[in-house]
Amino acid sequence: MANVSAKGVLFDPVFKNNPIALQILGICSALAVTTSLNVTLVMCMALTSVVALSNLFISVIRNQIPSSIRMIVQMVIIASLVIVVDQLLKAYAFDISKQLSVFVGLIITNCIVMGRAEAFAMQNPPHMSFLDGIGNGLGYSFILIVVASIRELLGAGKLFGIEILPVVNEGGWYQPNGLLLLPPSAFFIIGLIIWALRSWKTEQIEAKDYTMAPQSRVVKEAM
Amino acid sequence: MSSKKESVSRTIIVALMVCLVCSVVVSVAAVALKPIQVTNQIIDKQRNILLIAGLLEEGPSIGEQFEKITPRLVDLRTGEYSDARDPLTYDQQLAAKNPEMSARLTSEEDIASIRRREHYATVYLVENEEGIETVILPIHGYGLWSTLYGFIALEGDLNTIVGLGFYQHGETPGLGGEVDNPNWRELWQGNLVYDDEGEVAVELVKGTVDPRNPDAQYQVDGLAGATLTSRGVENLVRFWMGESGFRSYLQNLRSGEA
Repeated sequence: MANVSAKGVLFDPVFKNNPIALQILGICSALAVTTSLNVTLVMCMALTSVVALSNLFISVIRNQIPSSIRMIVQMVIIASLVIVVDQLLKAYAFDISKQLSVFVGLIITNCIVMGRAEAFAMQNPPHMSFLDGIGNGLGYSFILIVVASIRELLGAGKLFGIEILPVVNEGGWYQPNGLLLLPPSAFFIIGLIIWALRSWKTEQIEAKDYTMAPQSRVVKEAM
Repeated sequence: MSSKKESVSRTIIVALMVCLVCSVVVSVAAVALKPIQVTNQIIDKQRNILLIAGLLEEGPSIGEQFEKITPRLVDLRTGEYSDARDPLTYDQQLAAKNPEMSARLTSEEDIASIRRREHYATVYLVENEEGIETVILPIHGYGLWSTLYGFIALEGDLNTIVGLGFYQHGETPGLGGEVDNPNWRELWQGNLVYDDEGEVAVELVKGTVDPRNPDAQYQVDGLAGATLTSRGVENLVRFWMGESGFRSYLQNLRSGEA
């Protein structure tokens, strides 16, 4: 991560080092808030602003933070930002904040925020840390928007709440797939995205932790 | 330098400073935004009431539209109006959990599986020159996964349903969650609650209601694939329209004694 360029810091997390697809962080909220695009977009903005600002503030005071309490200091800053974001949403985007319910509060526990603070903001100057936060927010948003588009279109026949495929219940022809409105479907979609990304960028494939024993030998031993 | 940074006094100072700054930021945000949030919550509730009573219009603000509605507090034990609490600030969901404000239900009474029933309920009236045009009653009960909270709106005859809907529930999206579907909610319009003997006759049937059936005016289609949610809705309507619910209030209202 030494000698990083601003452009690299900003755009690498989208495809090359995506927080969800490569680091497999922040999956919980990716399952929970991706049933409709409106809600997803607000969640993405909330998370991006929290990562960017927490990176910025932590980086500003990084040389003052004693290492014995650095995690707690990071947590306090992140938690305060999340509360402020939550309060703002309740005041200015009440309907969406009702649908997001606890998941805004749960940004505190989103590993992306803590992970970037610890891995990047503690070692890098404020402007780079801020860009890194925006970049990781973009990477998170990219995956969530793809997942939400698929889920909302096939699960409810809509995009941004506007009808695209007229559903049977309202006199159309499209029978929506109810599974896509439930959290497990996001697991499948994220899995497929990871597969696609790793087929495109093969360097993302992790080294095998173990080798599979040949099938025939096992069978012989068993006999 | 680094040893100085790690010293105990330095650690305490940094911790205190961070806490101080963060707490100021958080409290400023919370206090400054509180009024807007409270207004949002009130508007949201009023919007739900208007929506379920079929009074919601495009254009005028929710506050203006709500002016024609009068909230009143009803004592469910006697079925009469009460001034024990301010109907605008009374929190019925909270009261149902407070032993002083609610009573335990026996298992025969508790068909809606709510365990306790609060003593007071806020009802909403729409009045015109001839008397009551619509009365909107809060209802709640257990579905499959969650308690459904909603309203039922009745016409001036206190028997014909104007609308029924839920503003808070956690039923499965696409199945039980279809209680929010406007097409299904429309099915309730014009149905009757009480039969000729004055018993609650509301029923959710599997499949579609046969219009030739003499009981069709009491029946609503069950939700496809959501038998337990449908049963929950039927039970909660029966409960709130029945003896432990608003029945005595509605009787008082009919005879003009409430």
